[in-house]
Amino acid sequence: MPAAPGLFYQVHFYLFGLLAIASALAFVTRKSPISAALWLVSVMFNLAALYVMLGAHFIGAIQVLVYAGAIMVVFLFVVMLLNLGHADELSDIRGKWGRLAAGGIGIALLAQVMVLARTRFMPSLQPPTNPVFGGALDLGAVNNVAKPLFTEHLLAFELTSILLLAAIVGAVVLGRRKGVA
Amino acid sequence: MIPEALALSAVLFTIGTVGVLTRRNAIVIFMCVELMLNAVNLTFVALSRLYGVTGQVFVVFVMTVAAAEAAVGLAIIIAIFRHGQSVNLKNINLLKG
Repeated sequence: MPAAPGLFYQVHFYLFGLLAIASALAFVTRKSPISAALWLVSVMFNLAALYVMLGAHFIGAIQVLVYAGAIMVVFLFVVMLLNLGHADELSDIRGKWGRLAAGGIGIALLAQVMVLARTRFMPSLQPPTNPVFGGALDLGAVNNVAKPLFTEHLLAFELTSILLLAAIVGAVVLGRRKGVA
Repeated sequence: MIPEALALSAVLFTIGTVGVLTRRNAIVIFMCVELMLNAVNLTFVALSRLYGVTGQVFVVFVMTVAAAEAAVGLAIIIAIFRHGQSVNLKNINLLKG
C-alpha cells in the first residue's frame, strides 16, 4: 500500500468490507445450515481479498486454501453426513428473549469499540504513526512470513504439530462407532 | 485503511457473537465461532502493518488452532448426533437436573 492509498484502492477496500459484512449478516440469518456455510465461505473470500490489500499475500492465499477450502468443506461434509441440509420446520433461531439478549450484547460490544475509538491512551500504548511493514514487496510474499516462523517462532511451530496430532487422534477416537475396534 | 479494517473486524466479531447467542443448531454455532476467529485474524493482519510481520505469523497459528478445533468439535457433534439423533441445543440437556 502506498503512503496515500488511491481511489481505486479505497473503493475496493470498502467494497470487499461491505460484501464481508453483508455476507456475515446473511450467514447468521439463514435457516438452512448449507446456505449458512456457503455465505460463510463468501465472508472468507472477501476477507482473503482484504488480506491481500493489506499486504499479507501469503495469509490471503492460505485463507482461501485452509479456511474456504478445507475447514468449510469439513463443515459441509458433516452437514451432509448427518443429513441436516434441510431447514427444520421449527427454526433453530432462539425465541424473543434470546434474541433480545443477543441484540443487547451485540450493541454493548459495538459500544465498547466506539468508546475505545474515543479514548486517549498513554503514549506507550499508542500505535506508531508510520507503518514499519511495507507489505510483501520487500522480501516476497512467502519469505516475509516464513523467516520469522522458522527462526523466532520455531518452538511454537513445532508444538503446533503436537496440537495437530492430538486433534487427529481425538477426532478419530470421538468419531469412531461404539463396538468397532 | 487500518482503522477501517479494525472497525470491520469488530463488526464481524459482533455478528459472530450474536450468531452464537441466537442460533440453536450446534453446527451453525461452530461456524459462528469460525467467523469470530476470522475477525480476530483481520485485526492481526491489519496491525501487522504497524508492528511488523509477527502478526501474520500469529494468523498462521490461529488458523492451525481453528482447523484442530473444527476437527475435534465436529467429531463431538457427530458423537452427540449418534447419541440423540439431533444437533439442536434444545435436545442436548444431559446435564440438566
